[in-house]
Amino acid sequence: MPQTGWFDPTRIWFFGLLVMLCGAVLAYIFAARRGMRINVRRIAGLEAVDDAVGRATEMGRSCLYIPGVQDMNDIQTIASLTVLARVAKTAAEYDARVEIPTTRSLVMTAARETVQAAYLAAGRPEAFSPDQVYYVTDEQFGYVAYVQGLMVRERPAACFYMGSFFAESLILAEMGNSVGAIQIAGTAQPAQLPFFVAACDYTLIGEEFFAASAYLSGEPDQLGSLKGQDVGKLIVGAGIITGVAAETIAGLTGSVAVRSFVDFLINRVLT
Amino acid sequence: MKRTVPLLITAVVGFTLIGAYFVPYTQSWGETVAIWFDVLAAIAFILGGGNLLRSHLKKISDQQRGWAYSIIVLASFLGTLFVGLGKIGVAPSPQFLEYSWSGPYRQTGSAFWYFYQYAFQPLTSTIFALLAFYIASAAFRAFRAKNLEAILLLATAFIVLLGRTFAGVALTGWIDPANWEGFRHFTGLRLENLTVYIMAVFNTAGNRAIMIGIALGIVATSLKILIGVDRSYLGKD
Repeated sequence: MPQTGWFDPTRIWFFGLLVMLCGAVLAYIFAARRGMRINVRRIAGLEAVDDAVGRATEMGRSCLYIPGVQDMNDIQTIASLTVLARVAKTAAEYDARVEIPTTRSLVMTAARETVQAAYLAAGRPEAFSPDQVYYVTDEQFGYVAYVQGLMVRERPAACFYMGSFFAESLILAEMGNSVGAIQIAGTAQPAQLPFFVAACDYTLIGEEFFAASAYLSGEPDQLGSLKGQDVGKLIVGAGIITGVAAETIAGLTGSVAVRSFVDFLINRVLT
Repeated sequence: MKRTVPLLITAVVGFTLIGAYFVPYTQSWGETVAIWFDVLAAIAFILGGGNLLRSHLKKISDQQRGWAYSIIVLASFLGTLFVGLGKIGVAPSPQFLEYSWSGPYRQTGSAFWYFYQYAFQPLTSTIFALLAFYIASAAFRAFRAKNLEAILLLATAFIVLLGRTFAGVALTGWIDPANWEGFRHFTGLRLENLTVYIMAVFNTAGNRAIMIGIALGIVATSLKILIGVDRSYLGKD
Protein backbone atom coordinates (compact mmCIF):
# COMPACT_ATOMS: atom_id res chain seq x y z
CA MET A 1 0.00 0.00 0.00
CA PRO A 2 1.55 3.33 -1.03
CA GLN A 3 2.44 5.76 1.73
CA THR A 4 0.74 9.15 1.78
CA GLY A 5 1.47 12.47 3.44
CA TRP A 6 4.02 15.20 2.91
CA PHE A 7 6.77 13.83 5.11
CA ASP A 8 7.99 10.35 5.96
CA PRO A 9 8.15 10.40 9.80
CA THR A 10 10.55 7.42 9.89
CA ARG A 11 13.20 9.64 8.28
CA ILE A 12 12.87 12.63 10.59
CA TRP A 13 16.12 11.92 12.47
CA PHE A 14 18.04 11.47 9.27
CA PHE A 15 16.55 14.73 8.03
CA GLY A 16 17.59 16.48 11.24
CA LEU A 17 21.16 15.18 10.99
CA LEU A 18 21.34 16.18 7.33
CA VAL A 19 20.13 19.70 8.11
CA MET A 20 22.68 20.03 10.93
CA LEU A 21 25.57 18.80 8.75
CA CYS A 22 24.63 20.86 5.71
CA GLY A 23 23.94 23.86 7.96
CA ALA A 24 27.39 23.59 9.51
CA VAL A 25 29.07 23.31 6.09
CA LEU A 26 27.11 26.30 4.75
CA ALA A 27 27.74 28.36 7.89
CA TYR A 28 31.50 27.89 7.63
CA ILE A 29 31.48 28.60 3.90
CA PHE A 30 29.80 31.94 4.59
CA ALA A 31 32.12 32.59 7.56
CA ALA A 32 35.14 31.92 5.32
CA ARG A 33 33.75 34.35 2.75
CA ARG A 34 33.55 37.00 5.45
CA GLY A 35 37.25 36.49 6.18
CA MET A 36 37.37 33.81 8.87
CA ARG A 37 40.84 32.28 8.92
CA ILE A 38 40.81 28.51 8.36
CA ASN A 39 43.83 26.28 8.88
CA VAL A 40 44.04 22.95 7.15
CA ARG A 41 46.54 20.31 8.20
CA ARG A 42 49.17 19.35 5.66
CA ILE A 43 48.15 16.41 3.46
CA ALA A 44 51.35 14.81 2.15
CA GLY A 45 49.64 13.05 -0.76
CA LEU A 46 48.31 16.31 -2.16
CA GLU A 47 51.56 18.19 -1.56
CA ALA A 48 53.28 15.52 -3.65
CA VAL A 49 51.10 16.07 -6.73
CA ASP A 50 53.24 18.89 -8.10
CA ASP A 51 56.46 17.03 -7.26
CA ALA A 52 55.24 13.92 -9.09
CA VAL A 53 54.40 15.88 -12.24
CA GLY A 54 57.72 17.73 -11.94
CA ARG A 55 59.56 14.41 -11.72
CA ALA A 56 57.83 13.17 -14.87
CA THR A 57 58.84 16.37 -16.65
CA GLU A 58 62.48 16.03 -15.60
CA MET A 59 62.59 12.40 -16.69
CA GLY A 60 60.90 13.20 -20.00
CA ARG A 61 58.22 10.61 -19.34
CA SER A 62 54.46 10.82 -19.10
CA CYS A 63 52.01 10.95 -16.18
CA LEU A 64 49.23 8.39 -16.03
CA TYR A 65 45.93 9.36 -14.42
CA ILE A 66 43.32 6.67 -13.64
CA PRO A 67 39.95 8.18 -12.62
CA GLY A 68 38.60 4.95 -11.12
CA VAL A 69 36.34 2.39 -12.75
CA GLN A 70 32.93 3.86 -11.96
CA ASP A 71 30.72 6.20 -13.97
CA MET A 72 29.89 9.88 -13.47
CA ASN A 73 27.04 9.06 -11.08
CA ASP A 74 29.64 8.09 -8.46
CA ILE A 75 30.76 10.96 -6.23
CA GLN A 76 34.28 9.50 -6.15
CA THR A 77 34.59 9.96 -9.91
CA ILE A 78 33.53 13.59 -9.58
CA ALA A 79 36.04 14.09 -6.75
CA SER A 80 38.64 12.45 -8.97
CA LEU A 81 38.02 14.98 -11.73
CA THR A 82 38.71 17.82 -9.29
CA VAL A 83 42.16 16.33 -8.63
CA LEU A 84 42.61 15.73 -12.36
CA ALA A 85 42.05 19.45 -12.95
CA ARG A 86 45.06 20.21 -10.75
CA VAL A 87 47.24 17.45 -12.22
CA ALA A 88 46.42 18.57 -15.78
CA LYS A 89 47.06 22.24 -14.96
CA THR A 90 50.45 21.41 -13.44
CA ALA A 91 51.27 19.16 -16.39
CA ALA A 92 50.36 21.98 -18.78
CA GLU A 93 52.55 24.43 -16.89
CA TYR A 94 55.50 22.01 -16.82
CA ASP A 95 54.90 20.86 -20.39
CA ALA A 96 54.51 17.24 -19.27
CA ARG A 97 52.25 14.75 -20.99
CA VAL A 98 49.34 13.36 -19.00
CA GLU A 99 47.41 10.36 -20.28
CA ILE A 100 43.93 9.48 -19.02
CA PRO A 101 42.47 6.13 -20.11
CA THR A 102 38.87 5.76 -18.90
CA THR A 103 36.46 2.88 -18.41
CA ARG A 104 33.33 4.89 -19.12
CA SER A 105 32.34 7.03 -22.08
CA LEU A 106 30.76 9.70 -19.91
CA VAL A 107 33.88 9.93 -17.75
CA MET A 108 35.93 10.36 -20.91
CA THR A 109 33.74 13.27 -22.03
CA ALA A 110 33.79 14.94 -18.60
CA ALA A 111 37.53 14.40 -18.15
CA ARG A 112 38.21 15.94 -21.56
CA GLU A 113 36.30 19.06 -20.53
CA THR A 114 38.24 19.19 -17.26
CA VAL A 115 41.64 18.74 -18.89
CA GLN A 116 40.90 21.20 -21.66
CA ALA A 117 39.81 23.83 -19.13
CA ALA A 118 42.93 23.13 -17.06
CA TYR A 119 45.19 23.70 -20.08
CA LEU A 120 43.30 26.91 -20.79
CA ALA A 121 43.72 28.04 -17.18
CA ALA A 122 47.45 27.30 -17.44
CA GLY A 123 47.63 29.56 -20.48
CA ARG A 124 48.53 26.72 -22.85
CA PRO A 125 45.29 25.76 -24.65
CA GLU A 126 47.25 24.80 -27.78
CA ALA A 127 49.04 22.03 -25.85
CA PHE A 128 45.79 20.19 -25.16
CA SER A 129 45.02 17.17 -27.30
CA PRO A 130 41.69 15.31 -27.03
CA ASP A 131 43.64 12.10 -27.61
CA GLN A 132 45.10 12.40 -24.09
CA VAL A 133 41.74 11.30 -22.72
CA TYR A 134 40.28 8.20 -24.29
CA TYR A 135 37.90 5.32 -23.70
CA VAL A 136 39.27 1.81 -23.32
CA THR A 137 36.49 -0.55 -22.23
CA ASP A 138 33.77 -0.85 -19.61
CA GLU A 139 35.09 -4.27 -18.68
CA GLN A 140 37.08 -4.15 -15.43
CA PHE A 141 39.86 -6.62 -16.25
CA GLY A 142 40.01 -5.66 -19.91
CA TYR A 143 40.80 -2.15 -18.69
CA VAL A 144 43.39 -3.51 -16.27
CA ALA A 145 45.09 -5.46 -19.07
CA TYR A 146 45.24 -2.33 -21.21
CA VAL A 147 46.64 -0.12 -18.45
CA GLN A 148 49.23 -2.74 -17.48
CA GLY A 149 50.38 -2.96 -21.09
CA LEU A 150 50.52 0.83 -21.30
CA MET A 151 52.64 1.01 -18.15
CA VAL A 152 55.10 -1.58 -19.42
CA ARG A 153 55.41 0.12 -22.83
CA GLU A 154 55.40 3.79 -21.79
CA ARG A 155 56.92 3.47 -18.30
CA PRO A 156 55.15 6.55 -16.87
CA ALA A 157 57.12 8.46 -14.24
CA ALA A 158 54.04 9.35 -12.17
CA CYS A 159 50.83 7.38 -11.68
CA PHE A 160 47.69 8.79 -10.07
CA TYR A 161 44.87 6.48 -9.00
CA MET A 162 41.96 8.63 -7.86
CA GLY A 163 38.40 7.39 -7.66
CA SER A 164 36.47 4.22 -7.06
CA PHE A 165 38.48 1.02 -7.36
CA PHE A 166 37.84 -2.63 -6.73
CA ALA A 167 40.02 -5.71 -7.31
CA GLU A 168 42.12 -3.88 -9.90
CA SER A 169 43.59 -1.49 -7.33
CA LEU A 170 46.50 -3.71 -6.32
CA ILE A 171 47.17 -5.00 -9.83
CA LEU A 172 47.54 -1.44 -11.14
CA ALA A 173 49.50 -0.14 -8.17
CA GLU A 174 51.93 -3.06 -8.14
CA MET A 175 52.53 -2.71 -11.86
CA GLY A 176 53.18 1.02 -11.39
CA ASN A 177 55.57 0.15 -8.57
CA SER A 178 57.43 -2.33 -10.76
CA VAL A 179 58.05 0.31 -13.47
CA GLY A 180 59.45 2.68 -10.85
CA ALA A 181 56.72 5.34 -11.03
CA ILE A 182 55.97 7.67 -8.13
CA GLN A 183 52.42 6.77 -7.19
CA ILE A 184 49.64 8.75 -5.52
CA ALA A 185 46.30 7.11 -4.83
CA GLY A 186 43.02 8.26 -3.34
CA THR A 187 39.82 6.34 -2.83
CA ALA A 188 36.80 6.05 -0.58
CA GLN A 189 36.67 2.25 -0.90
CA PRO A 190 37.89 1.09 2.53
CA ALA A 191 38.61 -2.42 1.25
CA GLN A 192 41.09 -1.09 -1.33
CA LEU A 193 42.93 1.32 0.97
CA PRO A 194 45.36 -1.28 2.40
CA PHE A 195 46.42 -2.26 -1.11
CA PHE A 196 47.12 1.33 -2.10
CA VAL A 197 48.94 2.00 1.17
CA ALA A 198 51.15 -1.04 0.54
CA ALA A 199 51.94 -0.29 -3.09
CA CYS A 200 51.83 3.52 -3.47
CA ASP A 201 54.07 6.30 -2.21
CA TYR A 202 51.15 8.40 -0.98
CA THR A 203 47.54 7.49 -0.30
CA LEU A 204 44.60 9.80 0.33
CA ILE A 205 42.46 7.95 2.82
CA GLY A 206 38.71 8.45 2.60
CA GLU A 207 37.88 11.99 3.62
CA GLU A 208 41.32 13.27 2.52
CA PHE A 209 40.34 12.32 -1.01
CA PHE A 210 37.18 14.42 -0.78
CA ALA A 211 39.13 17.27 0.82
CA ALA A 212 41.52 17.33 -2.15
CA SER A 213 39.54 19.85 -4.15
CA ALA A 214 39.40 22.34 -1.26
CA TYR A 215 43.01 21.74 -0.28
CA LEU A 216 44.39 22.16 -3.79
CA SER A 217 42.27 25.20 -4.65
CA GLY A 218 42.96 27.00 -1.34
CA GLU A 219 39.75 29.00 -1.89
CA PRO A 220 38.12 30.23 1.35
CA ASP A 221 34.71 28.93 0.21
CA GLN A 222 36.00 25.42 -0.17
CA LEU A 223 38.17 25.46 2.95
CA GLY A 224 35.11 26.54 4.92
CA SER A 225 33.38 23.34 3.91
CA LEU A 226 36.19 21.34 5.53
CA LYS A 227 35.58 23.15 8.81
CA GLY A 228 31.89 22.30 8.45
CA GLN A 229 32.87 18.62 8.18
CA ASP A 230 34.65 18.95 11.52
CA VAL A 231 31.35 19.97 13.11
CA GLY A 232 29.88 16.81 11.62
CA LYS A 233 32.66 14.81 13.30
CA LEU A 234 31.84 16.48 16.62
CA ILE A 235 28.18 15.51 16.24
CA VAL A 236 29.10 11.93 15.35
CA GLY A 237 31.64 11.79 18.20
CA ALA A 238 29.04 13.01 20.68
CA GLY A 239 26.61 10.38 19.38
CA ILE A 240 29.19 7.59 19.73
CA ILE A 241 30.12 8.62 23.29
CA THR A 242 26.44 8.89 24.28
CA GLY A 243 25.64 5.50 22.75
CA VAL A 244 28.64 3.72 24.29
CA ALA A 245 28.00 5.29 27.72
CA ALA A 246 24.30 4.41 27.61
CA GLU A 247 24.96 0.83 26.51
CA THR A 248 27.59 0.42 29.25
CA ILE A 249 25.29 1.82 31.93
CA ALA A 250 22.41 -0.33 30.68
CA GLY A 251 24.65 -3.39 30.80
CA LEU A 252 26.02 -2.65 34.30
CA THR A 253 22.85 -1.48 36.01
CA GLY A 254 20.16 -3.29 34.02
CA SER A 255 18.18 -0.04 33.95
CA VAL A 256 15.06 -0.39 31.80
CA ALA A 257 14.96 3.36 31.07
CA VAL A 258 18.56 3.43 29.80
CA ARG A 259 17.98 0.25 27.79
CA SER A 260 14.94 1.78 26.11
CA PHE A 261 17.04 4.89 25.35
CA VAL A 262 19.67 2.65 23.68
CA ASP A 263 16.94 0.90 21.69
CA PHE A 264 15.58 4.29 20.67
CA LEU A 265 19.04 5.35 19.43
CA ILE A 266 19.50 2.14 17.45
CA ASN A 267 15.99 1.70 16.06
CA ARG A 268 14.89 5.28 15.48
CA VAL A 269 17.90 7.58 15.20
CA LEU A 270 20.29 5.28 13.34
CA THR A 271 17.83 3.65 10.93
CA MET B 1 26.51 29.98 -20.21
CA LYS B 2 28.39 26.74 -20.85
CA ARG B 3 29.02 26.45 -17.12
CA THR B 4 25.85 28.08 -15.74
CA VAL B 5 23.31 25.77 -17.37
CA PRO B 6 24.93 22.49 -16.15
CA LEU B 7 25.30 24.00 -12.67
CA LEU B 8 21.63 24.98 -12.62
CA ILE B 9 20.52 21.54 -13.80
CA THR B 10 22.76 19.92 -11.17
CA ALA B 11 21.38 22.11 -8.38
CA VAL B 12 17.71 21.75 -9.31
CA VAL B 13 17.85 17.98 -9.87
CA GLY B 14 20.08 17.40 -6.82
CA PHE B 15 17.97 19.33 -4.34
CA THR B 16 14.74 17.92 -5.79
CA LEU B 17 16.00 14.37 -5.30
CA ILE B 18 17.18 15.08 -1.76
CA GLY B 19 13.74 16.48 -0.95
CA ALA B 20 12.05 13.57 -2.71
CA TYR B 21 13.77 11.11 -0.39
CA PHE B 22 11.76 12.47 2.56
CA VAL B 23 8.35 12.64 0.86
CA PRO B 24 6.53 9.29 0.66
CA TYR B 25 4.91 10.07 -2.68
CA THR B 26 8.22 10.92 -4.39
CA GLN B 27 10.55 8.38 -2.78
CA SER B 28 10.74 6.34 -6.00
CA TRP B 29 12.04 9.31 -8.01
CA GLY B 30 15.62 8.42 -7.14
CA GLU B 31 15.21 4.99 -8.75
CA THR B 32 13.60 6.54 -11.82
CA VAL B 33 16.50 8.93 -12.25
CA ALA B 34 18.94 6.04 -11.85
CA ILE B 35 17.15 4.34 -14.77
CA TRP B 36 17.46 7.55 -16.82
CA PHE B 37 21.17 7.53 -16.07
CA ASP B 38 21.44 3.94 -17.29
CA VAL B 39 19.73 4.93 -20.54
CA LEU B 40 22.12 7.84 -20.93
CA ALA B 41 25.12 5.62 -20.18
CA ALA B 42 23.89 3.05 -22.72
CA ILE B 43 23.68 5.74 -25.40
CA ALA B 44 27.18 6.85 -24.39
CA PHE B 45 28.43 3.41 -25.44
CA ILE B 46 28.19 4.70 -29.00
CA LEU B 47 30.49 7.55 -28.03
CA GLY B 48 32.91 5.10 -26.40
CA GLY B 49 32.81 2.70 -29.33
CA GLY B 50 33.44 5.56 -31.75
CA ASN B 51 36.40 6.74 -29.70
CA LEU B 52 37.79 3.21 -29.53
CA LEU B 53 37.58 2.82 -33.31
CA ARG B 54 39.09 6.24 -33.93
CA SER B 55 42.02 5.90 -31.55
CA HIS B 56 42.99 2.39 -32.68
CA LEU B 57 42.57 3.17 -36.38
CA LYS B 58 44.86 6.15 -35.84
CA LYS B 59 47.43 3.93 -34.11
CA ILE B 60 47.35 1.51 -37.03
CA SER B 61 47.56 4.22 -39.69
CA ASP B 62 50.44 5.97 -37.86
CA GLN B 63 52.07 2.58 -37.15
CA GLN B 64 52.64 3.66 -33.55
CA ARG B 65 54.42 1.34 -31.13
CA GLY B 66 52.22 -1.68 -30.44
CA TRP B 67 49.95 -1.00 -33.45
CA ALA B 68 49.56 -4.74 -34.06
CA TYR B 69 47.66 -4.97 -30.76
CA SER B 70 45.22 -2.41 -32.14
CA ILE B 71 44.40 -4.75 -35.01
CA ILE B 72 43.53 -7.47 -32.46
CA VAL B 73 41.41 -5.01 -30.46
CA LEU B 74 39.48 -3.85 -33.52
CA ALA B 75 39.00 -7.39 -34.86
CA SER B 76 37.73 -8.57 -31.46
CA PHE B 77 35.49 -5.55 -31.01
CA LEU B 78 33.91 -5.70 -34.46
CA GLY B 79 33.65 -9.50 -34.39
CA THR B 80 31.86 -9.51 -31.02
CA LEU B 81 29.62 -6.65 -32.10
CA PHE B 82 28.70 -8.51 -35.30
CA VAL B 83 27.86 -11.84 -33.65
CA GLY B 84 26.04 -10.12 -30.78
CA LEU B 85 23.90 -7.76 -32.84
CA GLY B 86 23.40 -10.32 -35.59
CA LYS B 87 22.52 -13.05 -33.04
CA ILE B 88 24.62 -15.50 -35.00
CA GLY B 89 23.80 -19.09 -34.09
CA VAL B 90 20.81 -18.12 -31.93
CA ALA B 91 17.79 -20.43 -32.20
CA PRO B 92 14.38 -18.72 -32.25
CA SER B 93 12.44 -18.47 -29.02
CA PRO B 94 9.79 -21.24 -28.69
CA GLN B 95 7.13 -18.54 -28.23
CA PHE B 96 8.01 -16.78 -31.51
CA LEU B 97 9.27 -19.51 -33.82
CA GLU B 98 8.41 -17.51 -36.94
CA TYR B 99 10.95 -14.83 -35.95
CA SER B 100 14.48 -16.18 -36.40
CA TRP B 101 15.99 -13.44 -34.19
CA SER B 102 13.64 -13.89 -31.26
CA GLY B 103 16.10 -15.87 -29.09
CA PRO B 104 18.37 -14.18 -26.53
CA TYR B 105 21.77 -13.11 -27.88
CA ARG B 106 23.56 -14.90 -25.00
CA GLN B 107 21.80 -18.18 -25.66
CA THR B 108 23.92 -21.24 -24.91
CA GLY B 109 25.60 -22.43 -28.10
CA SER B 110 25.37 -19.10 -29.90
CA ALA B 111 28.49 -17.50 -31.40
CA PHE B 112 28.38 -14.74 -28.81
CA TRP B 113 28.17 -17.34 -26.03
CA TYR B 114 31.24 -19.11 -27.44
CA PHE B 115 33.16 -15.83 -27.53
CA TYR B 116 32.16 -15.11 -23.96
CA GLN B 117 32.70 -18.57 -22.57
CA TYR B 118 35.92 -19.55 -24.31
CA ALA B 119 37.71 -16.23 -24.94
CA PHE B 120 36.45 -13.45 -22.70
CA GLN B 121 35.97 -15.37 -19.46
CA PRO B 122 39.35 -17.17 -19.47
CA LEU B 123 41.11 -13.90 -20.27
CA THR B 124 39.45 -11.96 -17.44
CA SER B 125 40.05 -14.86 -15.05
CA THR B 126 43.73 -14.82 -15.99
CA ILE B 127 44.06 -11.12 -15.21
CA PHE B 128 42.18 -11.58 -11.94
CA ALA B 129 44.46 -14.49 -11.01
CA LEU B 130 47.45 -12.15 -11.21
CA LEU B 131 46.12 -10.59 -8.03
CA ALA B 132 47.38 -13.55 -5.98
CA PHE B 133 50.98 -12.85 -7.01
CA TYR B 134 50.63 -9.11 -6.51
CA ILE B 135 49.19 -9.62 -3.03
CA ALA B 136 52.27 -11.69 -2.14
CA SER B 137 54.71 -9.03 -3.41
CA ALA B 138 52.77 -6.17 -1.75
CA ALA B 139 52.56 -8.10 1.54
CA PHE B 140 56.30 -8.76 1.43
CA ARG B 141 56.98 -5.01 1.26
CA ALA B 142 54.25 -3.97 3.71
CA PHE B 143 55.24 -6.46 6.41
CA ARG B 144 58.95 -5.68 6.56
CA ALA B 145 59.76 -4.95 10.21
CA LYS B 146 61.38 -1.53 9.69
CA ASN B 147 60.03 0.24 12.79
CA LEU B 148 57.71 -0.28 15.73
CA GLU B 149 54.52 0.33 13.73
CA ALA B 150 55.65 -2.12 11.04
CA ILE B 151 56.49 -4.72 13.70
CA LEU B 152 53.01 -4.33 15.23
CA LEU B 153 51.44 -4.64 11.76
CA LEU B 154 53.53 -7.72 11.03
CA ALA B 155 52.62 -9.36 14.34
CA THR B 156 48.90 -8.62 13.88
CA ALA B 157 48.93 -9.88 10.30
CA PHE B 158 50.76 -13.01 11.43
CA ILE B 159 48.11 -13.75 14.05
CA VAL B 160 45.20 -13.08 11.68
CA LEU B 161 46.69 -15.11 8.83
CA LEU B 162 47.64 -18.01 11.05
CA GLY B 163 44.34 -17.91 12.95
CA ARG B 164 42.46 -18.52 9.73
CA THR B 165 44.33 -21.68 8.85
CA PHE B 166 44.09 -25.21 10.22
CA ALA B 167 47.69 -24.95 11.43
CA GLY B 168 46.80 -21.89 13.54
CA VAL B 169 43.90 -23.70 15.18
CA ALA B 170 46.07 -26.76 15.83
CA LEU B 171 48.97 -24.73 17.26
CA THR B 172 46.96 -23.32 20.15
CA GLY B 173 44.39 -26.10 20.39
CA TRP B 174 45.96 -27.23 23.66
CA ILE B 175 44.53 -24.15 25.42
CA ASP B 176 41.46 -26.15 26.21
CA PRO B 177 39.59 -26.41 29.56
CA ALA B 178 39.40 -30.15 28.86
CA ASN B 179 43.20 -30.35 29.39
CA TRP B 180 43.26 -28.16 32.46
CA GLU B 181 40.37 -26.39 34.20
CA GLY B 182 42.42 -23.17 34.54
CA PHE B 183 42.56 -22.77 30.73
CA ARG B 184 38.93 -21.63 30.70
CA HIS B 185 40.21 -18.14 31.50
CA PHE B 186 42.65 -18.21 28.58
CA THR B 187 40.64 -19.55 25.66
CA GLY B 188 40.68 -16.01 24.21
CA LEU B 189 44.39 -16.54 23.52
CA ARG B 190 43.72 -19.32 21.02
CA LEU B 191 44.75 -18.02 17.60
CA GLU B 192 41.31 -18.42 16.03
CA ASN B 193 39.74 -16.45 18.90
CA LEU B 194 42.44 -13.76 18.78
CA THR B 195 41.76 -13.41 15.05
CA VAL B 196 38.05 -12.89 15.64
CA TYR B 197 38.83 -10.37 18.41
CA ILE B 198 41.25 -8.36 16.27
CA MET B 199 38.88 -8.29 13.30
CA ALA B 200 35.76 -7.52 15.35
CA VAL B 201 37.24 -4.86 17.62
CA PHE B 202 40.35 -3.14 16.23
CA ASN B 203 39.66 -3.66 12.55
CA THR B 204 35.97 -2.75 12.77
CA ALA B 205 36.69 0.35 14.86
CA GLY B 206 39.30 1.61 12.38
CA ASN B 207 37.10 0.77 9.43
CA ARG B 208 34.13 2.62 10.91
CA ALA B 209 36.22 5.69 11.62
CA ILE B 210 37.23 5.77 7.96
CA MET B 211 33.62 5.19 6.89
CA ILE B 212 32.36 8.09 9.03
CA GLY B 213 35.01 10.38 7.52
CA ILE B 214 34.01 9.25 4.03
CA ALA B 215 30.30 9.82 4.71
CA LEU B 216 30.96 13.34 5.97
CA GLY B 217 33.24 13.99 3.00
CA ILE B 218 30.53 12.83 0.61
CA VAL B 219 27.94 15.13 2.25
CA ALA B 220 30.25 18.16 2.09
CA THR B 221 31.44 17.44 -1.46
CA SER B 222 27.90 16.86 -2.73
CA LEU B 223 26.71 20.08 -1.12
CA LYS B 224 29.62 22.05 -2.60
CA ILE B 225 28.80 20.70 -6.05
CA LEU B 226 25.06 21.36 -5.70
CA ILE B 227 25.52 24.98 -4.64
CA GLY B 228 28.26 25.52 -7.21
CA VAL B 229 31.09 26.23 -4.76
CA ASP B 230 33.17 23.42 -6.26
CA ARG B 231 33.31 23.78 -10.03
CA SER B 232 36.72 22.27 -10.59
CA TYR B 233 35.19 19.20 -12.29
CA LEU B 234 33.85 21.61 -14.91
CA GLY B 235 37.27 23.19 -15.22
CA LYS B 236 36.25 26.33 -13.28
CA ASP B 237 35.01 29.56 -14.92
